[in-house]
Order: sequence, then structure tokens, then C-alpha cells
Amino acid sequence: MATDLSNTIGFENSNVGSDVYSGQPVEQGLYSPSNERDACGVGFVAHIKGVKSHKIVQQGLELLTNLTHRGATGYDPKLGDGAGLLMQMPDAFMRKEAAKLNINLPVAGQYAVGNVFLPKEINNRAACEAIFSKIIAEENQTFLGWRNVPVDNSNIAQAARDVEPIMRQVFIASTGTDQNVFERKLFVIRKRIEHAVRALNLQDKAAFYMPSLSSRTIVYKGMLLANEVGVYYTDLNDESIVSALALVHQRFSTNTFPAWDLAHPFRMIAHNGEINTVQGNVNWMAARHEAMRSTLLGADLEKLWPLIADGQSDSACFDNCLELLVAGGYSLPHAMMMLIPEAWGNNPLMDEDRRAFYEYHAALMEPWDGPAAVAFTDGRMIGATLDRNGLRPARYLVTEDDIVMMASEMGVLTFPQEKIVKKWRLQPGKMLLIDMEQGRIIDDAEVKNALATAKPYKQWIEKSRYFLSDMPKVDGQLEMAADLLDLQQAFGYTQEDIKFVLQPMVQNGEEGSGSMGNDAALPVLSAKPKVLYNYFKQLFAQVTNPPIDPIREELVMSLVTFIGPKPNLLGLDESTPPMRLEASQPVLMLDELDQLKAIATLTQNQYKSLVLDMTYPANQGKAGMAAAVASITKAASDAVQNGFNILILSDRNVSESRVAIPALLACSATHEHLVKAGLRTSTGLVVDTGSAREVHHFALLAGYGAEAVCPWLTFETIKGMAADNYTANKNFVKAISKGLYKVMSKMGISTYQSYCGAQIFEAIGLNSEFVEKYFTGTASQIEGIGLQHVAEESVRLHAAAFGADPVLVNQLDAGGEYAFRVRGEEHTWTPDSIAKLQNATRTGKYETYKEYAKLINDQSRRHMTLRGLFEIKPAGVAIPLDQVEPAKEIVKRFATGAMSLGSISTEAHATLAIAMNRIGGKSNTGEGGEDAKRFIPVANATSMAAVLGSKLIEKDIALQAGDSMRSSIKQVASGRFGVTAEYLANADQIQIKMAQGAKPGEGGQLPGHKVSEYIAKLRFSVPGVGLISPPPHHDIYSIEDLAQLIHDLKNANPKASISVKLVSETGVGTVAAGVAKAKSDHIVIAGHDGGTGASPISSIKHAGTPWELGLSETQQTLVLNQLRGRVIVQVDGQMKTGRDVVIGALLGADEFGFATAPLVVEGCIMMRKCHLNTCPVGVATQDPELRKRFTGQPEHVVNYFFFVAEEVRELMASMGIAKFDDLIGRPELLDMQAGIEHWKINGLDFSKVFHQPDMPASVSRKNNDVQDHGLVNALDNKLVELAKPALEKGEKVVLDIPITNTNRTVGTMLSNQIATRYGNAGLPNDTIHVNFTGTSGQSFAAFLAKGITFDLTGEGNDYVGKGMCGGRIVIKPPKTFRGIAHENIIVGNTVMFGATTGESYFSGVAGERFCVRNSGATAVVEGVGNHGCEYMTGGTVVVLGVTGLNFAAGMSGGVAYVYDEDGMFAKRCNMGMVALEKVEAAEADVGKVLHLNQPDEVTLKTLIENHANYTSSVRAKSLLENWTVSRAKFVKVMPNEYKRALTELAAAASKEVA
Amino acid sequence: MGKVTGFMEFDRLSEANLPVVERVKNYKEFVLHLTDDQAKVQGARCMDCGIPFCTTGCPINNIIPDWNDLVYHQNWRSAIDVLHSTNNFPEFTGRICPAPCEAACTLNINDDAVGIKSIEHAIIDKAWENGWVQPQINPNKTGKKIAIVGSGPAGLAAAQQLARAGHSVVVFEKNSRIGGLLRYGIPDFKFEKSHIDRRMAQMQAEGVEFKVNQHVGENVSADDLVKSYDAVILAGGAELPRDLPVPGRELDGVYFAMDFLTPQNRVVAGDLIPNQIRATGKHVVVIGGGDTGSDCVGTSNRHGAASITQFELMPQPPEKENKALVWPNWPLKMRTSSSHEEGANRDWSITTKELIGENGKVVALKGARVEWKDGKMTEIAGSEFTIKADLVFLAMGFVSPIQKLLNAFGVEKDNRGNAKAETEGATSYQTSKAKIFAAGDVRRGQSLVVWAIREGRQAARAVDEFLMGSSVLPR
Repeated sequence: MATDLSNTIGFENSNVGSDVYSGQPVEQGLYSPSNERDACGVGFVAHIKGVKSHKIVQQGLELLTNLTHRGATGYDPKLGDGAGLLMQMPDAFMRKEAAKLNINLPVAGQYAVGNVFLPKEINNRAACEAIFSKIIAEENQTFLGWRNVPVDNSNIAQAARDVEPIMRQVFIASTGTDQNVFERKLFVIRKRIEHAVRALNLQDKAAFYMPSLSSRTIVYKGMLLANEVGVYYTDLNDESIVSALALVHQRFSTNTFPAWDLAHPFRMIAHNGEINTVQGNVNWMAARHEAMRSTLLGADLEKLWPLIADGQSDSACFDNCLELLVAGGYSLPHAMMMLIPEAWGNNPLMDEDRRAFYEYHAALMEPWDGPAAVAFTDGRMIGATLDRNGLRPARYLVTEDDIVMMASEMGVLTFPQEKIVKKWRLQPGKMLLIDMEQGRIIDDAEVKNALATAKPYKQWIEKSRYFLSDMPKVDGQLEMAADLLDLQQAFGYTQEDIKFVLQPMVQNGEEGSGSMGNDAALPVLSAKPKVLYNYFKQLFAQVTNPPIDPIREELVMSLVTFIGPKPNLLGLDESTPPMRLEASQPVLMLDELDQLKAIATLTQNQYKSLVLDMTYPANQGKAGMAAAVASITKAASDAVQNGFNILILSDRNVSESRVAIPALLACSATHEHLVKAGLRTSTGLVVDTGSAREVHHFALLAGYGAEAVCPWLTFETIKGMAADNYTANKNFVKAISKGLYKVMSKMGISTYQSYCGAQIFEAIGLNSEFVEKYFTGTASQIEGIGLQHVAEESVRLHAAAFGADPVLVNQLDAGGEYAFRVRGEEHTWTPDSIAKLQNATRTGKYETYKEYAKLINDQSRRHMTLRGLFEIKPAGVAIPLDQVEPAKEIVKRFATGAMSLGSISTEAHATLAIAMNRIGGKSNTGEGGEDAKRFIPVANATSMAAVLGSKLIEKDIALQAGDSMRSSIKQVASGRFGVTAEYLANADQIQIKMAQGAKPGEGGQLPGHKVSEYIAKLRFSVPGVGLISPPPHHDIYSIEDLAQLIHDLKNANPKASISVKLVSETGVGTVAAGVAKAKSDHIVIAGHDGGTGASPISSIKHAGTPWELGLSETQQTLVLNQLRGRVIVQVDGQMKTGRDVVIGALLGADEFGFATAPLVVEGCIMMRKCHLNTCPVGVATQDPELRKRFTGQPEHVVNYFFFVAEEVRELMASMGIAKFDDLIGRPELLDMQAGIEHWKINGLDFSKVFHQPDMPASVSRKNNDVQDHGLVNALDNKLVELAKPALEKGEKVVLDIPITNTNRTVGTMLSNQIATRYGNAGLPNDTIHVNFTGTSGQSFAAFLAKGITFDLTGEGNDYVGKGMCGGRIVIKPPKTFRGIAHENIIVGNTVMFGATTGESYFSGVAGERFCVRNSGATAVVEGVGNHGCEYMTGGTVVVLGVTGLNFAAGMSGGVAYVYDEDGMFAKRCNMGMVALEKVEAAEADVGKVLHLNQPDEVTLKTLIENHANYTSSVRAKSLLENWTVSRAKFVKVMPNEYKRALTELAAAASKEVA
Repeated sequence: MGKVTGFMEFDRLSEANLPVVERVKNYKEFVLHLTDDQAKVQGARCMDCGIPFCTTGCPINNIIPDWNDLVYHQNWRSAIDVLHSTNNFPEFTGRICPAPCEAACTLNINDDAVGIKSIEHAIIDKAWENGWVQPQINPNKTGKKIAIVGSGPAGLAAAQQLARAGHSVVVFEKNSRIGGLLRYGIPDFKFEKSHIDRRMAQMQAEGVEFKVNQHVGENVSADDLVKSYDAVILAGGAELPRDLPVPGRELDGVYFAMDFLTPQNRVVAGDLIPNQIRATGKHVVVIGGGDTGSDCVGTSNRHGAASITQFELMPQPPEKENKALVWPNWPLKMRTSSSHEEGANRDWSITTKELIGENGKVVALKGARVEWKDGKMTEIAGSEFTIKADLVFLAMGFVSPIQKLLNAFGVEKDNRGNAKAETEGATSYQTSKAKIFAAGDVRRGQSLVVWAIREGRQAARAVDEFLMGSSVLPR
């Protein structure tokens, strides 16, 4: 059905509470459209020589269709997230269509066609259209007319149709001849039209959008499923539509709201990934406004502003910026290199010119940082580039008939193998460029070298660069206006700042660790004055983009900061490069600050600095601060206008008579004032403050605009804490640098430059007036205090510092944030509450439990949690207790937290499992595998030691008949320790830990001394060798990756539900919606305060938010998206009482997780020493002597949960609610408690938390539905059927099966069958042998069990052999493929991730992160990308070709043998944990400690022989032919820890023998 | 934190006592405080708990982990500063406190508690030795006058705090020396009186005026105090002893414990007491198994009694408590004091039926065994016995303050006869009468010295707030 334009469509009243014209809900409750995220499948087909054809368009559409699984659908399976196609202007077609409308088009290139989405309402549409003709005329171009674009919307989802715009095309003729000038003008016209339409402020303005306006390209896109693009736009089927390129994109968004304009491609790009720094990038673009000039754009430049409209997606913002750069004269590849530079700082292999190019441009433009595969085109060239860390997949192939096809995965378009000449992938930071005018592929090296040498960048840099460290020292002295102690007190120092914060940093050069989470009062609830820093929480990446490992992947990180004005972004023809002042990291020493003060002298007035005083007279009190802030910002802009270009905000004048403005406030206020004035890029901003002392402080100052910070008082404070001042200062700076890396990387940001001003924080307890004024754009969900109270806190601290308080006369305030202190901060866990809880559960006295619960619940005097301020309202008249659902039903909703064996003792771990199994709840393995002996329920009364072995148990615990020690939730975390098919098969629920409340966005480390023989066995590692959990899951860099992992795990155990654990932060609701769309069955929302075995203390305190906020946002967003019914929502984080449970339910939780409380029941007394292995009650320790002290019993835990349930019942009875189900999602039954008098609390407003989206009653508020995982379509159904003889009788089965990329996760259900029947032992090797032909989809052979051989002729995509546990994989190119195997890619990224056993042979090159976290499998491959063997803890890897950079980072076990043909391997290897050795002849190894107990030569040669046999590898054969020579070129990568452990084990063994 | 693994490496070391044969010859203290090295090792046992239960186990919330750590690092000077920040008189508590902190110590769950009291003892002794205990004179006087009635630990603590806040403080003591039960109740062998004198000198330097022989309600008018002072703190203790109403109670030789202990302390102090009760060569029976009873035992031994027997009505407590159910609270368990070590027969579940006299003098005690069930006591039939007794000391605790004092001020009393006052909120420690406060045993009933210090400090803050509108005195 084509849209009939003569019908004016009225406004339908669809979604209540949403913008009816766009389908996007308006901001409401905790939901904000600005949190939307997306990720995608992307691809293109192009003819290298620029030969246009209709076939290419068709192929683009076919490619798109085969990427469908990378998208998602919402509650309506027809409602996709958008898809589209960009192609060259089809001149013949347009000419034909224009002619029908009596429009006579000029020659190709002299006219433009714009695709336009227009409002349905006829007058509004007319108004929009009128603007076109007016502005086109004003810009001296010729308006030719409109064409209605025919569409067939008969098959699109109702919700998409409801907001479907009118599709028209506008024709414009050029009045000049230069097509580039015309394109530039079209850009101006489009921006002006957009601004003008926005200014009309139409009711249905959201329906207006311009997908493209160009003489070279055109974009057809919409709210369509991938396979619907060609159906909806009937134009595309017209044979006269021809193009030499087709760029396509399939979107996966985190919501289900139809948005036509958010589909890709944009005008120049299609993007798969996420720009983490977008807020900062957009701010910086705005900040450049005044300072930007362009010869090419001239006066037109001003017409472009606002360059980036509010409320756009990150990709759209990026596209805007790219358009500007290109319009401003940069070539497309040049602009891309500026926006997404490769990691240049630490790359040992990069040549000087290229490094200089990047360094030069770094001052011009901060990176748009985040995972990204960006395909770009201007219609003449097409290309793609990948982010610096290679976090998105992008593969390509080239055929002999000049076709290039690039896509997120292979197999999306099939070409005859014999025609393919090259199969490769985009490498991290690299670019693929096809210049269709030149008719050739320009490879990364060529394009970049050409650009890098086009101008003398190296010379320019050397001439214009100042290094702060190279400048002459200035003789400066720190003069303090008061005593050290008084100053410390004035800035809010506590004893804990010294003990927990500064000492570890100064002594060890790194931040201290803590454990057991955070149960102290939120700053806004605290009766004590808090520093402003504490009101901000760090944001972190979860699901939609990966955090980075800043230690193991340091090569992508940089703290380089430029202090001072930024050059003109569009000044590319300016020949004198502006000066640049560079520091290697942003913490300035005292003498460096003095240098800045004297910078004018040091740089012959190139720079002029000015110190602005952040203090004001103390006698003005809190009332004086507003004026003080205003005057400092005014002084800043005046100074910039007067030619100062480095502003130093300083609070050194603090004294008895002068009080400081919080440095963060002054910094942010000044930064934003300058941004808004367009002056920010004309000056540097440096903060000289006594307040900054911990990582969080520095991160905040950076996030709100400081280019560098001098913590003057800290330097004074740490004097004497180390051997000498130099060491103290050096260690402190080192610790802060490491910490900044960590804070940046948890958001996936790798450079300080793009972190600076990026505002990666949210506020808790600050009111919106204050935040909007001084921290514009920062989320703050529950209001709170404003400037007056912020000022009051400073004034109070100041008064106490200089007052007469005897406690503060000779010591700092106790603090009490990190540990309970009598004069310190309030905590929920107190000696009293712990004693009462333990007593109650040990004696079984409910009355004592009630006393405990009262201590926690009653926060009328001590305020600690948000929920403590809530009041529960009755739903009706109270009912008798016996009418309420019984406790034994309620306890089934309870789970214990994910605490690994390793973090807690076997006794403590198994006791929880027994208890939860007794009550029908769920316990959680945590990361680290589980002993298979625990999977079987005990038949008769016995004991823990009898089942697990007496050697493993220090304190035996009695087991009853029917007990089980099996943890029903099996966790899958980033390290994948012990994750096998058998482990997964023994789960009721499989939980993917995306983040952990105590340290979201961070990894972990289990030090070698904690890796006992038992733990090593369960984790498939070597005893005594340390284990690293990476910050990201290396198979989840985006939402569609998560969907893939969910699918993998569902295949691994179709009976188990799949759970995804998220941590509360602003935007988590949107992430949760995405997770629900990714088909998770279960979502955990964890509070920020959850426990931990070990975590950096700043993470415990400053990342994440209380679960009340995250849960509520999740509930609201899921309901708005109509996704709530299909998932179970669980909440956890300092859950302690029945009241907590009821509030959780009312805010939308079906289930509840408890961790700390059950540990306390087991005997934990909040020692907070878990990270030291000295737990004196045997709970969180592996020390056998201490474990003997464990006193926990399953009965105690059972008592606890029944007590909690009983308390829930009592509350339900009083509320008049009989069924627990009727509690869920009823925020209207909550209110803020009246009558709490507190100077800070009064400003809090929970109305957003208690908001209930106004959706029809039919939209579920609780779980009542299931996900459709689509397993019926799996190829494995067929495999399982055909393999029956093997599964049932162990008979050998050989199968021949064709395969394509849409066959995802093949072999996993089959492996589940083996694991279920035969455990991890599996079947004899090769019992099931499957010969596949074709291109396999993602996760081929995931969790492949022993007994299965997959022999694939063709190629694989990402995640081949993920989690493999015993199987064998062989992948080889088809015989017809003419390429050289070791120069062509055969498998994608993250292959063999987390494999535990088994072997694989790949005749070709693998992508990035080959064998990451391998713990025992064997692999042979002919080349790998970056980060090969990262975090490997066991196994053997043979690489017969070139490796990428950062090989063996974090590798602590196993061995890799690398064929180092060019002798450069050492430069590509990360030597942090490994040493390189020669592969000796077998004879030379006699008597040595050996990997696999055999000489390296034997191991290596056997594997190469196997490889040759299985794959017929040419490379293997040639190496074997000349073995002695080949052997000499092999390098053995030997982890230091593994070597030590092997030696120790050998020594221990020989001792035993003796 | 001391040493991360200190608690696993080192055993608890108790303070050494002089041998019994030597110590019973005199009235000197016989507990030897730890050496520096010993204290360091004991400090290393502290685990610096995330929740220091000891701190809340201690009524004055001593910041125990911090000074344990400082002692481990041999930073004695800072240790005394931290200790003094919560405790005015660590030399009192370091000697005679039963140390509820140690009961609450996390190590006490399954190991021997950190020797907190012995470390405290070592810190304060070193501080005195090194002259670190100096008057803290507040140069800014408020001009407010405060009277404190009673010079026991509560009164002293309140006086010192208030003087340091700049107030003029006068302490009224009915006896000739200050210190209350510290001075007259606790024998010198447990607590030498020079400790009090030293503190008194410090406090006098800080501006506290002590008036002795001033018995408020007797020779000093309560009304005058109320009129002349801006605030009055009643800190007179709970001195009314519990009596034993059995036949023969009136006999000569039957005394309250204080009738025996106080004169002995006076004698040690150099007073001449004409008719001092002496246990020399006598058969002594002490009724009551608490600390006062213990002091009677110790004193009797020093007198050279012929025999000493101590009876307790309650059953014998277990050797070890069930820590799983009791910790971190004060456990009921078998305790053997240093006085018991010096020799005494002890028996439990004994009720006194009659005191048998000859010529008006007690010669024997008739008792019987009792059985306890569900908190109720029944006498075991046929269990009666008689024991020789020349002296019988009643050491069954104290009932209440002397009512006369309270009546003189006319303050409201609680149902146990104590001065009625709350400890929390805006009117904490205030009695029913305007500007009259009460602290210590007079308010809470008989208790420990450490509780008295706590109440004195908290009352001082309450008074300061009352007088000045706000206070920086720590509670």
C-alpha cells in the first residue's frame, strides 16, 4: 500500500506519555531518552573501479538481510530498530523520475536529491516545505521540486506505522560548476533548514528529518527490519537504480520505541559501536564556536551553528562533526584519522611521521572515543576504520572482479571461492579505503603515510611543542596561610584519608583496597559535612560498550594533556602551527605549577597565565559563595578576553579568615561559563587545590574541565610518609595516574584528552537548579541540596578546622567512611545489628531478629539509605497474618550473592548452597567454577567432608538426606574460570556478570598465593599462579554481542534461564531494556554498595548508585517498552530485612539477592579484611587454620531467610496484601516519610523514583511471560538427532553438513547432551565427526565437548571455540580458494576465548584476541591479531605467522610458540609477565622442568604435524620440510609465574618421591 | 593496623603479678605492666577490625584499634593522645576495669582477646613517666560556675571536662579526701591512691576547685548550691548497700563490706583508725561473689585471717561461656580474681539462713544449698550446714544512692530510687529540677568505674550545651 498523500492523517492518540509524533516517550520518572544506546551490524559492497550496477544495490540489501540477527525486535516481532542503505546518486533513475514530474535535471553532479521525512499534518508539512524553497533560494541554488517517494508499508509494525513520516525527495540544482562547492553549500542549506524547522516548533516536529541531501549520495532508511528496506522502498527494486557502492546498516537499540530518524546510515557514516565521550566531544565542539574560522566556509560557517543538535544519537553527532571537517577542507580519511586516531603513544612499531601526524592533530581534536567500526563514504571513496582497540568486528574480502565487501561478519554475501583474492579484517585503529575514482584499494599504510608526510608535522611539532618537564625549573616555595592540620581540616581531611587513601598510594604507588562493600550513609543523608566530590558517582560501561583493561592493554591508554588554548580546528591551511604545552599526565608537582605561573617568562610571552583566587572572606559565611563563584567565572572570561591563555584556579589562600569554594564547583562553573561563551578553547584551565587527594577527586576535576591539577596540600601532607619526599610524591602521582586510567577505562575511554570535560558522572543528592547551573547536563535523579548547603558544608568544615573543638585540636576527624568508627559516619552494620542478627539466627529467636530488623529499618534518627526515608502505605485494610502467602513460598524468591569459592572458603560457600537448596531459593557459584562432586544431591545423611574429601574441608558440616551443595546459579564472568559445558549443564540459571556493585567496570585479580590446588583444579589453572579477571567480557563489546552470548548459553543449557547482572547507575533502565531485547530471561539490578572480596576503595565508594534508583528506572523503562513481562527482575545490594524486600518489590523486583547478611549469619563480623586472607572467622579466607574457625551452619542461614520472609508477611498483612505478586511494581504505595528534620535531607524528592509510567493495564508490571529464544531453528536440533547413536551408545558418527553465517552457536546443544550424559569426561575423541562446508556463524563450536570433531571447510566468524572443553576444531580454506592461507583470515575475533581443554587447528589468520583466557586448550593458527593469548592461564598455542601487538599481555600460564620470521616479535609482545626463550632441540631439554612434561620441540613439532594432517596447511608443511631452520625461528613465550610454579611443583614432587 | 597476621602469630600475654607470698605482705599494687616490647607484640595482635566491637563494647568508646596500632609502632606519645581523647583517667580503668572491651574483642570469638587493658595500662604509665600528662588549661573562661557533688569517677570526669571547656568548677566531697569509692572502696593493692592525687593536681591546675568535708545535704545546703551556681551535677554514687535480713544480722562481727574496706584504705593512707575491723586470726565469711567480695577476701588475707570462705547465692557459672550466643556481650562465666588466687574457699548456690551468735558476737553461719530452675530458687531439703564465722562481710552490692542527698535537691527518682534523667536527647542528664544534672551511679545505679567516667563526660557536655547553647566537648 503506497501512502496516499492526499489523505491528511490526523494525530492518533497512541502511547500515552510519549511524544506521539516520534514514538519516543518524553523524559519521565527516571527514564530519559538521552540514555538510549545502540549497536549494530554494518557492511558495504563496492566496486573498486567505480562501476555502477543495480546488482550492487541488490547485494547491499541481501547483505543487510543476512545481518538481521545482529538487530533486535521489541515486544512486536515486526518492530525492528531501524535499517537503511546509502548509495551513490542513481542519476538515470532520478532523471527518469524527475521527468515524470516535469523536472529537468542538470547533468549528474550538478543537482542534488535529498531524502526528507516530513510531518503527516498537511499544514505543518507545507510549512516545512516552504522553508526548503526559501533557504535554497537564499543560498543561491535552484529549487527544482518535490517527488513523493513510493513506499509499501503494508508489512511494517503498527507502532512504526503510527509514527511513519511522509517520504519525499527534494531536487536542487547547482548554480555553480564545482561539485565540492555545491556539496559544501548543500551542507549549509541542510543545516539552515534543520534550524529553521526547529524554530517553527511544530507540534509534530519530530517527524521532520533529512536522511541525506547530496549530489553524490542518497540514503534510504527507516524504522524497518533489515529485510524490509527493499520492500518498503520500492524505488530500490528499480533496475535503473545503480550504484558502485551500497553501505548498509542494521540497528540494535536498547528500546522498542519506533524512531525513523535514528536508523543508519547517516550522511557519511554507518557506525557500529558507541562513542563514550560524546558528551565531552559535543561540549568541546560548542566550546570551539568562537575560536573557529574557515577559509573555505567563510561566513557560511556561522550558519552551521548549532552544529550538533540536542537529543541526537552519538553516531549522528559524530556524523555532524565529520561533515564539518570535510566541509572545512579535510579529506575524508584525514578527518576520520582525527576523530578516531589509532593508539599512537605507546606503539613501538609506528613510524615517526605518523606519530607526529597524530600528535599534531591531538591538539586540534580530542578523540571520539569508544568501540567503533565506522564505514564512511562521500560517494567517491568508501572506507571503514576501526577504533584503536579493535572492539568491533569488521571483515572484508576482495574478488578478482573488483568487488570489495565489508561486513561485521562473513557469510553475509557469498562469492565463489575461486573468485576471492583476499580475505582480511579491519585491524585496530586501521583504515580500509577504496578510492573509486582512482579505482584501487589504498591500504592503511599508504593512506596514512601519504597524509602523515603531506605536511612537515614532525618539524612543526618540534618547533611548537613545550614539554612542561623540559622547561627550566622555577624556584617556588609552598607558603601556607595556616597550620597544616587546620588546612587539612578545612578541606575535610579525615584520619581515613591518611590511613586508607594516602598511605597506600604513597607507599605502594597504587590505591588501597577494601572489602565488604559500602554500608555507610550517603553524603546527602549524612549528618556530617561532606566534600562536594562525594556527591558524584562515576559512570561506567556495561553491556553497550566495554570497559578497557588499562593495565594489560595500556598501549591504547594515554594521560597526555595539553594545557592551554586549542588551535583552530579548521585552520588546516594555516602555516604557522600554534604553540602547544604538553604534560605526560595531569597531576602537577608544586614546581610545575610554579612554572605555569611563570609561563610568560619561560615561553617569551607565548603563554600568559593568571591565578584566580578560589577563596573568599570567611565572615561572609555560606551566603558569600554564590557571589564568589560568579565573580571567579566573570574574572575568567575577562581574563581570556584580555589575552590570558592559562587560567589557574587556586585555593592556596585558605586561612582562618578565608574559606574556599569547593574546587570542583569553581572548576566546573568556570569551564562551563567559558564553553557557553565560546571561549573555552582559547585558554587552558588548571586547578591548584588543597582539596584533591584521591583518584575520584582528580577524575572529577578532569571530567568537569581541568586540564591539570596541582594538589598542593596533599604534597605537604604526604611528606614523611615514604623514605623521602621524592619517592612520596612520585608514588602518589603514579597512584593517581593508575587510578585515572582505571576510572577512564571503566567507561571505555582511553585518553585523558577526551575524558577531560566529558562529564562521565552523575550526582546523587544535588538539586537540579544547582546541577543545571554549574554541572550542566549531569544527571541527578532525586534532587537534594543546592549551593546554599554546599556552601554550608564548606563553611562548617572551615569553622571546625579553625574552631575550638578539642577532638580536632591535635588530630583529624575520625572519618568512619571505610570502617566503623564511634565518632565517624553512620553505618547500617553496627556491632549491635551484627550481634543481634547472629544471635537470632543461631538461637532461632524471631523476636531477636525483629530487634535486629528494627536497628536496620528504623532510620528516623540515623539516616543511611534512600529506602530508609521511604514510607510504605497500605493498599487496603489490614488482613490477618494467616491470610498472607506462606513464608515457604516467599523464600523461593531469595538468592544469595555471587561469591566465588576463592573469595570465600569452601565451608562458607557450600553452606550457603545447602541452605538455599533446603528452602528452594538459589545460591550462586560466583566466578570460578564448581566441583562436580557438588552436583549430585546426597542420598543419605553424611557430611561435607565425606562428599568433597576430608582434605578439602577444615570444618566439617553435617548434611541431611536430600541436601545438595550444587549452586543453582552458575555465574559466567569475564574470566570464564571453570566454565565448561558440564558446569553450564548443571545450572538452573546462568548469570552473566556484566558488572559488580563494588567495582563496576573493573576486573579483578586472584593473587597466586590464594590459588590453592583445589581452586586451581576448579579453574583449570596452575596452583600458585595468579589469575586475572579482565574488566570486559571479551565476547561482549556491545548489546548485540550480549545477545549472542545469551544465545550461546541458552544453547549450552536450554533448561536454564539466562540472567544478566547489571549495576545501578543512571541509564541502567535503558541498558536493561536492551538486555531484555537481547532475550535475557532474568535481569539483576545490583546496588553500588554490594560487598566484595577486594576492590579499590574509590570504586567501593564512588561508582554506581543505590538500587532504589536503578531498580525503579529499570522497572519504568521496561514497562514503557512493554518488555517487563518477559523478564524476571532481581534486586540486590545491602539487602538486609523484610522491609528492604517489600520496598524492592514495590519498586518492581520479582526476586531478591542477599550476600552480606547471609555471610554475617555465617559468622562474618565485617572485619573488612577479605582482601588480606586473614578473616578471623573462617568465612572469607583460604587459610586452613582460619577456616577451622568457621562456625556457620545451614540452619542459621535457613532461619535468616525465614525470618526475613516472616517480616515480609507481617508487612503484607498490615498493607492488606495477601499475594506477593500483588506487591510487585506498585510504587504508588511508597512515599517519603514525613517529619524527618535534617538540614540536608529536606531537599530530596523521590517523585521520579515513585513514578509509574502511564501505560494501559494490559502492559505487565511483573514477570508473567517468557522469552522466545528461537532454539527451534538451531542447526543443533539436527545434529543432536543425527548424533543419537553416538550420544546413546557411543557409536562413531560422521556427518556432512552445509553451514552459513546465520547458523549461530553450532555444536553447543550437542555438547550439552554430552555433558549431561557423560560430564566433563565426555566421549572418546572424534566419536562425532562433522564435516561442515561454508561460512559458520558466530560462536561456532562454542563449549564444544570432548568427543566431537568439527571439521569446517570454509571460514569462521567471531568466537569460534569459545569455552571449548575437550572437542576438536579444524578450519581450513576450500581447495578452490587461491589465496595463501597464512596471509588470509580464516576465523574472526576472540576465538577459543575461555577454552579449558581440547584442540583446534586453523589454517589461516585469526582476528584479535586469539585464545584470550585460554586455560588448557591447544591451538594452532597461522597468524593472529592484537592481544593474542591475553590473560592465558594454561594450554598451548602455536602461531605459524605474524602476531599483532600486545601478545601475551597478562599471560600467567601455558606456553605459546610463535614463528618469528621477521625477528620483530619481541616488539609485538607485551613483556610484562612473560619471557621469550628459544625452542631448544629436544636433547637440550633433558632434565629441565617442562611444559606438558615433554621437550618443547616434541610438543611443537607434533602440533605442526597435526596441523598439516588436519588442514593440509602449506605453511605447516613447509616448516616441517626444513625443520631445524624453522625451529630456530620459533620463539617460546613463557610466563614468569608459570615457570616459577612449574619449578616449585617439580621441587615439591621430587621431595615427595624422596 | 598492627600486624596483618599478628593475631595468628602471637599469643595473648597477660600482665605479670608479683607472687602471692610477697604481695599479701603489703597493700601495694602487684600487677606489673607490660614492657615496651611486650606491649608492641600485644598491639600486633589487634586486627583493626572493620567494625571494632571493642570500641562499642567499651562504655567510653576508647578508640582501641588506633592506640593498639600506635603502640605496635612504638608511637607512645600519640597513643596517649588518642587514649586521652576518650578517657580522662586511663590509669583508673587500666587497673580496675573488668574490660568489657576484651569481651567484645573480635578475637574473643574463637581465640584469646587482645590484651586491651594491659596495653592501656602500659600507655598511661608511660605517659606519666615521661611527663606527657600535663594540665590542659583553657585560657578562655566562660564565667559560668558549676558545682559537682561527689568526687568519684563520674564527678571527676565531669569536672575535668567542664574545666577544660572554660567553666569554673567546684567539687564538693563529703570525705576528707577526694575519689569516692576509688579512694575508699577499692583496696590499695588493686589501686594505689597516688593515682588520684596526681590527677587531682592536674585538675587543680586546670582550674578545678576541690572542697572536702563538704557533705551536701548535711553541712552544705542544697539550696545554696542551686542558688550560687549556674549548674549542679549530682555525682554522689550509689552507696546504700544491700542488707541481709536473716536472724542474727544484728550480731557483732557482721558488717557491710565497706565497713571493713574503707578503714583499711584510710590506714594505708596514714589515718589512725581506733577500732579498725581486723581479720587477723579470724574465720571470715564473705557473702556475695562479686568484686567487693573479692576485695574483702584480699584484705582478709593481708590481715592474716585464719580462714576465708566466700558464698554466692547464684549457681557457679560455667568455665566458658557459649560465645556463639553471648559474644560480643559481657559473658557470665567463672572468674577467679587475683584475691581468690591468694586463698579463699568459694561456694555457689548457697543461701544464708541464719547467723549464729554467742554473747552477741557472731560465731557461725547457718546456710543451705539451693537449686535454680527457670530463674527460681528452691532450697534443697536436708542441705543445711553450719560454718564457723568470726567475721561476716556482706558484699551483695548497692541498692541505690543515699536518698537524703536526692531529697535535699528534690529531684524526681526512678523506681529504683536513682535520680531520674535520660542520657540522650536535648535534656540528657538533666533531672526534673532546673539546672540540676545527675551522672554516674547516682543516676544509673551501681556500676563500673568506666561507666561513671562515661556519664561524667556526657553530663559535662550536656551541661556545657545547657549553659552555652552548643558544645564542642566530645561525648
